[in-house]
Amino acid sequence: MSTDTHAAGAHDHHHGEGHAHSTFSGYMLGFVLSVALTAIPFWLVMSGALPSKQITALVIMAFAVVQIVVHMIYFLHMSPKSENGWSMMALIFTIVMVVIALSGSLWVMNHLNSNMMPIHEMTGMK
Amino acid sequence: MTIAVNPSQTGEPVFYVADEHPHPEGYSTSLGFWIYLMSDCLIFAMLFAAFGVLGANYAAGPAPKDLFDLDLVAVNTSMLLLSSITYGFAMLTMQQNKIAQTQMWLLITGLFGAAFIGIELTEFAHMIHEGATPQRSAFLSAFFTLVGTHGLHVSCGLIWLVTLMVQVWRFGLIEANRRRLMCLSMFWHFLDVVWIGVFTFVYLLGVLR
Repeated sequence: MSTDTHAAGAHDHHHGEGHAHSTFSGYMLGFVLSVALTAIPFWLVMSGALPSKQITALVIMAFAVVQIVVHMIYFLHMSPKSENGWSMMALIFTIVMVVIALSGSLWVMNHLNSNMMPIHEMTGMK
Repeated sequence: MTIAVNPSQTGEPVFYVADEHPHPEGYSTSLGFWIYLMSDCLIFAMLFAAFGVLGANYAAGPAPKDLFDLDLVAVNTSMLLLSSITYGFAMLTMQQNKIAQTQMWLLITGLFGAAFIGIELTEFAHMIHEGATPQRSAFLSAFFTLVGTHGLHVSCGLIWLVTLMVQVWRFGLIEANRRRLMCLSMFWHFLDVVWIGVFTFVYLLGVLR
């Protein structure tokens, strides 16, 4: 019985925690970071500051990943503790699914493309 | 958990959890809503995958470089980002029980969201006017499906926002309305996260290609 009351107590504590995350400084920090992480990629592409297109592409993708993490932490208040870890579990599961779906599609379809005969060669054949 | 054994009339033992403690109403809403958002995330992942596969098939039609105006996309992105922070302010004032200020921030959020949708529709109308319709090429089909689905989500968020403003106006910041505002907060910030993917992979990388 003592374990039950303890569990209920932990539960209540968790409830209070769920709503107390948002603070003015947290939102402002997230906002300032997002503005910087949005403005820099736009500037890189519009000005062409980096010499190669591939480097620019990799850099802006890295910025996107960092900005997604910033939004998750400061705006969506994700933490390993929220909902006793269940929201993090759902997030990790989703990320695994997304990675499989995206990388799988791109990989398979890219191979398919390179193994297909280009149209202009095919029209030349009789 | 304790299992109670209750011999029934038939003599078969019946098992049930004796000490299921009562939960306050809506205590599981935020987790349930989070799981909905994750399923929504999968929808967007599939649309991104379709765009990734088809995004370079122009069918001799217009390419991203001919169509996208990055200045406009930057303005649009800032609208959504500003609406995110103003929604954050609405949540903060809600925590301090300031109804009038909460409503004001919700209204500002709605205006930024409406500006976002307005700019996006203008962009779509401009593209379609130039002949860059969804039927033109696989790239444009994938583009309109992905960006259109995001726009549809934002539009639904706006309807939800207006509904909640009416709710707060009529019933005040009661517990149920706080819970609803928290769900919309998650929805709104989630759409901003999806937009990060859109402006990076569709617009910036498209123009770069």
